[in-house]
Amino acid sequence: MAIRTRTFAPARSRFLHGPAFTRRLHWIYVAFGLAFLVFVGAMALLEQLGLPRRWIGFLFLVGPIVFYAGIGILSRTTDPTEYYVAGRRVPALYNGMATGADWMSAASFIGMAGTLYLSGYGGLAYILGWTGGFCLVALLIAPYLRKFGQYTIPDFLAARYDGNLVRVIAVVAAIACSFLYVVAQIYGVGLITSRITGVAFEVGVFLGLGGILVCSFLGGMRAVTWTQVAQYIVLLVAYLVPVAWLSIKQHATPVPQATYGYQLQKVIASEKRLQADPAERRVIAVFQARADALDARLADIPAALAAERNVALRRIAELKAANAPQGDIQAAERELARVPRDADAARDEWTRERDANLERARPLAGMPAHAQQFAGDPHGDPAARRAFDDSRHNFIALVFCLMVGTASLPHVLTRFYTTPSVAEARASVAWSLLFIVLLYLTAPALAVLVKVEVFDALVGTRFDQLPAWINNWAHVDPSLLQVDDVNGDGILQLGEMKINGDIVVLATPEIASLPYVISGLVAAGGLAAALSTADGLLLTIANALSHDLWFRIVDPKAPATKRVTVSKVLLLMVALGAAYVTAQKPGDILLLVSWAFSIAASAFFPALVLGVFWKRANRWGAAAAMVGGLGLTLYYALVNQPGVREAFGVTSPIQLWWGIQPIAAGLFGVPFGFALLVAVSLVTPPPSRAAREMVDEVRLP
Amino acid sequence: MSIPDSHGAPEAERAARARHWRRTVRLTAALLLAWFVVGFVVTWFARDLDFPFFGWPFSFWVAAQGGIVVFVVLIAIYARRMARNDRRLADESRPRPEASH
Repeated sequence: MAIRTRTFAPARSRFLHGPAFTRRLHWIYVAFGLAFLVFVGAMALLEQLGLPRRWIGFLFLVGPIVFYAGIGILSRTTDPTEYYVAGRRVPALYNGMATGADWMSAASFIGMAGTLYLSGYGGLAYILGWTGGFCLVALLIAPYLRKFGQYTIPDFLAARYDGNLVRVIAVVAAIACSFLYVVAQIYGVGLITSRITGVAFEVGVFLGLGGILVCSFLGGMRAVTWTQVAQYIVLLVAYLVPVAWLSIKQHATPVPQATYGYQLQKVIASEKRLQADPAERRVIAVFQARADALDARLADIPAALAAERNVALRRIAELKAANAPQGDIQAAERELARVPRDADAARDEWTRERDANLERARPLAGMPAHAQQFAGDPHGDPAARRAFDDSRHNFIALVFCLMVGTASLPHVLTRFYTTPSVAEARASVAWSLLFIVLLYLTAPALAVLVKVEVFDALVGTRFDQLPAWINNWAHVDPSLLQVDDVNGDGILQLGEMKINGDIVVLATPEIASLPYVISGLVAAGGLAAALSTADGLLLTIANALSHDLWFRIVDPKAPATKRVTVSKVLLLMVALGAAYVTAQKPGDILLLVSWAFSIAASAFFPALVLGVFWKRANRWGAAAAMVGGLGLTLYYALVNQPGVREAFGVTSPIQLWWGIQPIAAGLFGVPFGFALLVAVSLVTPPPSRAAREMVDEVRLP
Repeated sequence: MSIPDSHGAPEAERAARARHWRRTVRLTAALLLAWFVVGFVVTWFARDLDFPFFGWPFSFWVAAQGGIVVFVVLIAIYARRMARNDRRLADESRPRPEASH
């Protein structure tokens, strides 16, 4: 390990480390926390003094970013150990906070409570999977990576598996999963920026990109680490404050995490009441009738299409004959233009519409009973039994993929290179999960509190007396929230609300009747979550290219500062590329994120784990496992995932194995990778002496 | 912690390292078993473990709170026990008076 000692020694002498360093960090971040509270207080004061909401939102985006930029500039560096692994002097506690921010993305901050609201127990797969994965990180990977003590995950695999074959495969897999993930983060940044400041989405994307680059460009991992700690503080405060407030409003305790079981009982009681409510049933009947009407049209498309066109034409003729105002005639002409142009378009459009109506023609607006574990019924008829089994298998499979994926995502694992010692790496996984859990314990509570609010306070309100936040959000973005009086009784039923999960977190401050300043705080928190994750990911991609491909393979004699310069240039290029892809608004973003987990799990997990725990594992086995596991996962996706199928022109029928949804393809890819690694290693020669010595080395503390 | 290269290390020291690794593997296996029970076994039987628990159905509570707190505790136990394991290795690989040549 000559390289490590050579670069480590000067770093130690030039920079502060040890207990004095930790003490200074405590002071800096306590000061930061206080400054942030003063900032929020000042905003609240300005709101009272009449500063317009737009300005408050704008200041909440810009203020923290200026601060992150300040950290980025102070942490600028050209030293490789500083740039790639923050000088390996990040104390366990602070690495825990940085990992928490690195880990918790826009999906955790904004999406998770919404998913839990919409799918109840089913959404807990994300909570279990995204926390349980850290057990695997701690027990199987982090301490050994730290002991190895290089810079990237491909570094580790290349040293263990004798050379560049495995390194190149690892680089490709690391870039694939990180790129999918970073596009989703930049999308989140663009969404928040455009919603709060009112600029166009594409402009928001590039504004956010500026926020990402100021942290990572000058100081690499060093700057990203120290901004991530600050971002963790911001996102935690922004998440907990509105929830605590909502909870006080509902049942007078500021810690709903400990007591929301009783709120859950209320939800269960309300679900029974709403399912039996005649008004809800009438809403369902309206949607069912709409779906039936569309079905009738789908039965004979050409006739229905002709009839629809005739109706529109006749209407235009009547209006013209009656000398109606020009505006009415134009509206009727637009109506005609909206008639599908041919039978294929009509089939697509009407099928989509029918499915949307069927979706809403279900009890509780299509949501499952909140506390019910799995769908179906194990003691019911065969269909109910099958639904139960399917739901149970898919829940377990998703938990498995999310756990193993967590333990394989390169941007998270790289963080454990940055601690001063193996013991601190172990402790820092515990801190990481503790800091993550603070938010993950809160999300299910928030989902239940919002459900109580909707079921008991909102449903049954007259349409002319709805709270202001409903109209505000329906006005901002109808895809987030839509209410209309479907059955015409002037009263809101649950079935008449169509909501997107993201609104749960975004609207909580207004639901709890908090001042606008708290909405700004939530936006700042969401932005911190997305920025911090995007920073870690971009760094991982750029370092895989610059360190693993360029330095390790193309030009191993490059001097240290040149390596860092190349990394920075690549970082800029990757960031612009990711922003460009994001601005095209590619398909289903959340799907891409979930895919990143299955891809990372099947590419890395078997090679990482057996690399430490089985000395006989060799390069051929590892290469086969990575390519084979990844290949199987991608194959299953290609054949079964709607959206991906169309993109690649797959027309074969969907064939699910044991009913497992393609989102959990890693369930097949990971065991297949393990099997290949063992089988291929055993029929090929044992690994080199250097590789076996490396295993001995990393097993020691 | 300074531990000399594993090659040409005295027999006692090599044995100490092997014991350290065995203890590591045992601890890892035990904690993984607990992880598996909480994460998968309880989840598999979620529908049956439906009894009320401070207001929550028990398996809902495990997935939303109990389980993830157990995960934190498992990692904390690992960090502490491994720190002890490391100290034992340091003690055992220090040459004892009667063993020194």
